[in-house]
Amino acid sequence: MQRSIRVVAMAAVASLSACGGSAATRVDPAPRMTAPPEEQPPADFGPREQTADEQVNHVLARLTFGARPGDVETVRSMGVDKWIDLQLHPERINDAASDRYFDQLESYSTPSSVLQQKYPPPNQLLQRLGAKGDRSKLTPAETAELRDATAGVRKVTIEAQSGRVDRALLSERQLQEVMTDFWLNHFSVYIQKGPPERYQLAQYESKVIRPNALGKFHTLLEAVAKSPAMLFYLDNWESQADSNRPRLVPLPGAGGRGRGGRGGLAGLGGQQLTPQQQQMLARRRGGLNENYGRELLELHTLGVDGGYTQQDVINVARALTGWTFPRPQQGGGEFAFNPQMHDAGEKVVLGHRLAAGRGIDDGEDVLNIVSRHPSTARYIAFKLARRFVSDTPPGALVERAAATFTRTDGDIRATLRTIVTSPEFFAQKAYRSKVKSPFEVVVSARRALSAPPDGTLRTAQTIATLGEPIYGHQSPNGWPETGDQWLNTGSILNRINFGVAIAAGRIPGVSPTNWKGAESLQNATVEQQVDGVVSALLGGGVSPDTRAILITGKNPFLASPAALDTTPEMAKPKEPVDPDEAMMMLPEPGGGPPLRGPARDRAFGKLQLPAKGLALIVGLAIGSPEFQRR
Amino acid sequence: MQRRVFVRSGALALVTMGLSPSFLRRTAMGMELPLAAKGKVLICLFQRGAADALNVVVPHGERAYYNLRPNIAIPAPLRGTGAAGSTGAAAAAIDLDGFFGLHPSLAPLKPIWDAGMLAPIHAVGSPSTTRSHFDAQDYMESGTPDAKGTSDGWLNRYLATSGTCEQCAPTPFRAVAMTPQTPRILEGTAPAVAMNSLEEFAVRSGGGDQTARLEALYRTGSADLIHGTGQEMFEAVKMLRTANPTQYQPQNGAEYPKSQFGQRLKQIAQLIKSKVGLEIAFADVGGWDTHVNQGGATGQLAQRLDDFAKSIAALTSDLGDGLENVVILTMSEFGRMARQNGNGGTDHGHAGAMFVIGGSVKGKKVYGKWPGLSPEQLYEGRDLALTTDFRSVFSEIATKHLGATNLSAMFPGFNSPARLGLLG
Repeated sequence: MQRSIRVVAMAAVASLSACGGSAATRVDPAPRMTAPPEEQPPADFGPREQTADEQVNHVLARLTFGARPGDVETVRSMGVDKWIDLQLHPERINDAASDRYFDQLESYSTPSSVLQQKYPPPNQLLQRLGAKGDRSKLTPAETAELRDATAGVRKVTIEAQSGRVDRALLSERQLQEVMTDFWLNHFSVYIQKGPPERYQLAQYESKVIRPNALGKFHTLLEAVAKSPAMLFYLDNWESQADSNRPRLVPLPGAGGRGRGGRGGLAGLGGQQLTPQQQQMLARRRGGLNENYGRELLELHTLGVDGGYTQQDVINVARALTGWTFPRPQQGGGEFAFNPQMHDAGEKVVLGHRLAAGRGIDDGEDVLNIVSRHPSTARYIAFKLARRFVSDTPPGALVERAAATFTRTDGDIRATLRTIVTSPEFFAQKAYRSKVKSPFEVVVSARRALSAPPDGTLRTAQTIATLGEPIYGHQSPNGWPETGDQWLNTGSILNRINFGVAIAAGRIPGVSPTNWKGAESLQNATVEQQVDGVVSALLGGGVSPDTRAILITGKNPFLASPAALDTTPEMAKPKEPVDPDEAMMMLPEPGGGPPLRGPARDRAFGKLQLPAKGLALIVGLAIGSPEFQRR
Repeated sequence: MQRRVFVRSGALALVTMGLSPSFLRRTAMGMELPLAAKGKVLICLFQRGAADALNVVVPHGERAYYNLRPNIAIPAPLRGTGAAGSTGAAAAAIDLDGFFGLHPSLAPLKPIWDAGMLAPIHAVGSPSTTRSHFDAQDYMESGTPDAKGTSDGWLNRYLATSGTCEQCAPTPFRAVAMTPQTPRILEGTAPAVAMNSLEEFAVRSGGGDQTARLEALYRTGSADLIHGTGQEMFEAVKMLRTANPTQYQPQNGAEYPKSQFGQRLKQIAQLIKSKVGLEIAFADVGGWDTHVNQGGATGQLAQRLDDFAKSIAALTSDLGDGLENVVILTMSEFGRMARQNGNGGTDHGHAGAMFVIGGSVKGKKVYGKWPGLSPEQLYEGRDLALTTDFRSVFSEIATKHLGATNLSAMFPGFNSPARLGLLG
């Protein structure tokens, strides 16, 4: 008890000083005037340990999803610093080609509520048609309607998942895409949360996250807080005043707070109502759901040790009651504040008093408070440094980045600039020190091998097989950002098998022998082929031993490589990948409904034919330890 | 980060000392595999998302339970109806001892109870006050509540500190997680294998020297995490191939559910029976974070429990007499609020429940002191209070079943394990 009081007091002091001495009991909802724009070059470039060539490889490895043929030359001729500056300003980069590609995808150009009306979840449709559990009642027209809805839901899923891959593949605004991936992981949502979630995903990515990926953190946070994707995922859309609290506007038919009380519900007597009626009543009478309030503090802003209490969690959740969107069963829609759901009582959040009877301002103030909290600056700075520099980022760098974040009122672009122009970023220790995520493995291979956008679910399935199903992280903490968590015997095996599948020409759209730059290698010597592949896929940097193995197949460390045949007799050839299994590709790590089917052990199903020549070298390179790094 | 003692830090240290390459090469080649244990197996099953213990092991003798949960409580067993399964019984709790009962979806576990091999523990969990899934899972897996700095999991610390069996064969499969990533509970210096399925655990090259070359690429003398993990993988693939577990038929009529969880338990049984030296197995299953519409005797939670119980029941029948040497332990990061919330669900709570199953388990008894559910008995006025620290359960199983001797290394700072007397 004593401890929590102290924490509140400390937080209050901290925010007091952050507010420049304004009254701690009342928050100024208007954004404070901030430091000058971040356009001037950073004051101190510091010494860079990496050579000029290493710097080129390094920025391509960290600020993009992998170099395409020709990218090294582009960065080299523009100069590393100018290129970084350009990537920090995506609005200055023409990206018409990828825009054109996405304009033709319905999910990206259509509001989610329209999508959901057009392609209702099959179960919902069956219910409406009165045929749940018995499809034989359907008329031919209804059967056709059901078929169309099912196909539509699949299309929505495919577009959301493959859209992530294809934008990362195509976009010239690579740093913006890397940041989009970063924030989608920071503000992780889960496709299997429930039927409405998948309709929201394309909009969440393209309207909520990407436009704000390099902007002000507060703007991004507010956009997320008001997005149906997050409102639904973390349950805030149905969180409302507890029955013993006053509502901003009383429920129709309820005489103020009196009848909403617990006594009223219990007094009705459980036996007199059907369970459905009880449930409806309970839902209408409502109750607080802490889920979003907790994760907002723990995962989105202050961080788990950021100095908040259980009481803060409850009060943040109370402040955000009424932040909702039209019920998915009624077609869904965009953010709306519902005063009938809002807890009108006074709240104290992190030492700030929110007066009674205000409404939506409570939530807006909470977002102001948490987005500008010193713990948030440190937490976001730490996560960015970990993503861009190293799994264990230097403390001094995190401090400087946090200072930039605070000084610029949460300017993500400026904070990122501090990080990616720092001596720590260009240190030898940082070079190739990050382990690629499965998404990065697959996208970087496709970029290096000039693969076109896929547009089906197969590439997304491949990424799922490697352990990172898109929108498939069930719990809200997102995918790992450190290498040790991505590496285990099973995941290495899958990555190797991905290389084997590429060599065998079994990854859609990827040819191991027909990519930009491969023409001159077709009839070259094996040494030239190896050097070409090493340059295209491994950034040129492999040890002499690795090079020797790629060339001769002989390993100086092993007496007889042929004796190590581990070809599995047990692995029987299987069916080819069935795109219908897309929705089954998601694992179930933390809480959703069980998934049908054999999950994801089918993507590399068939035993591959032995590859030869250039294809073999490409497959070996992608399966090699070096390709797993960036 | 310093996961594999020998290959990683050993060879790395040699690099920095500048020893000759040939010596380094032999060192990097000399993968030291752990030795297999003496035939005892512990299977840990994690219910991620915080299972609602009060609706799993139902305190139907407690009036307050029904007051707290007007819409989602599991009805008390019907008195005097005789055989379970008679009309109407499916919607009620399955009585265990007149006070506690199992959720009706756990019916497949009832025969295990009747055979005296099932011991539920109630009001058990972490002494930490956290209601965060991530923190609580972290603590349950690290075995150090409220200490976030612990880098390894308690199962891994068991592996790392337990004595080796001199006459046993080396095995990469001493610890296996049927999960895509190594779970926190098995992270640490002792090797552990993580995989989605046994079938998938092979290099899918159709011939030639491609596989050999790939292996060579991971044996170039570099001693980082990627190379080391790759080397372990190639060892494991070879061993599994020798054991040839694909021709597997469950025994004693066991029928595993087709769910991912059921299939993973089946593969754990395969590993046990193929005698590759398995000592610690781990699997997890999600779907327990029932904030909304969790249902009562039927519904969301009931469905999860159905799969859970059928999978475990299949595993126990499949293992048959082998269950003598096996302990199955289920856990979840915390329980849920005693009172239902406004959405027909339950929010994060405190103490939970575990199941201990095995041939050596002194079952047919619900363990743990019952704290009660009246307002003054609830933890912070809202949750089931804790009466058994999960480390007591872990300690007892590690010592009595696995023969662990170094408890202070497994659970640093935990000096007062209570003896529940779970194992004979």
